[in-house]
Amino acid sequence: MQVDRREHDFAEAMRAASRGDVTAYTRFLQNVSDWLRPIIRRELVRSGRSAADAEDIVQDTLLALHLKRNTWDESRPIGPWIRAIARHKLIDALRLPRGRSKDVSIDEFSDALPAEEMTCPAIDDRDIERRLDALAPGQRQVIQAIAIDGLSIAESAAKFAMTPVAVRVALHRALKSLSRMAGVS
Amino acid sequence: MKTENLIKAMVADREADGSVGPGALASAVGLGLVGSLLLYAATLAPRELSTALMQPRFAFKLLVTLLLAAGAAAVVARLVRPDGRSGPASLVALAAPLLLAVGVLVELAVVDAAAWRTRLIGDNAVACLLSIPLLSAPVLAAVILFLRKGAPTRPDLAGVFAGLLGGGLGAFLYASHCPDDSPLFVATWYPLAIAGVVLGSRILAMKLTRW
Repeated sequence: MQVDRREHDFAEAMRAASRGDVTAYTRFLQNVSDWLRPIIRRELVRSGRSAADAEDIVQDTLLALHLKRNTWDESRPIGPWIRAIARHKLIDALRLPRGRSKDVSIDEFSDALPAEEMTCPAIDDRDIERRLDALAPGQRQVIQAIAIDGLSIAESAAKFAMTPVAVRVALHRALKSLSRMAGVS
Repeated sequence: MKTENLIKAMVADREADGSVGPGALASAVGLGLVGSLLLYAATLAPRELSTALMQPRFAFKLLVTLLLAAGAAAVVARLVRPDGRSGPASLVALAAPLLLAVGVLVELAVVDAAAWRTRLIGDNAVACLLSIPLLSAPVLAAVILFLRKGAPTRPDLAGVFAGLLGGGLGAFLYASHCPDDSPLFVATWYPLAIAGVVLGSRILAMKLTRW
């Protein structure tokens, strides 16, 4: 029941997002990351890895959800789609061989984690910072202006003396580069 | 960068890849087919179709190759999505080999055993092995590009079925040219040629459709 409700909300938010509803899309991405974070931590711990890596995988999953949002068929349930993407990113991060990938599941909690693992401090920006540094300077300044300084496309365009279209392109390329660098250490 | 900051960047980004629905796959295949037809026109010529189509063996090999391509397309359309499973759809791709097996049995029944060997070897085995991969290549390239727009979680399987799709259409085009019509010839050389395409396709897909 609770699962149906959440999936319904996710699907509604994605539909609203594809119509250009920025607030709905922000909430969708936040809710998805809050939902995935404990599940990914659990899977990391189960695979003998540090739960501190969870935020990297949450971010990779969000990037993939965003860049591959064209692959959600709106006539199908959104839950399996999100889980498939999260699972793919988790398997990538764990570098599991194909045969073992069946061990990984992005399902609801089947067993609770010990509390100290749940609340371990999230060092949430190690990997993404490294990847930001590797971006082309033009892409990096645009994504930092928008993500960290909170500028709009138009404000960033004015700041860097670029056209809004060029800012949009740089932002999109920056996100694609960040996603492509997933798991490359 | 904190996750909430990353979310701000994603929300500001309105660029998105196009659809990966069946229509998009159809246009990709159509585009690839234009390339294959150009190669076909440059290298081979169709038989006299009005008379050839009346011959059951000729019509049969066209049907088998088309069926293979159609079945594979149904599976590719599913595997392009992360939550896509090949599932029962992959059974459709078995229809072509099964039909071909029936054709072989019928051929063995109606043709004198002394003629089996000549029919199986035919006159165009080498041309078949070279032409089918060549004619498949443009369609295959278009389908791999289509898969790149998507998010296959089984790039190996997606590559196999992309190869069957490209190989099936390449074989269809080649079949319309080749005078060796016996199911014995088709069942011997076509699968060999298509297997090469599938192998190449699997390697390409695993390299190129990572995400």
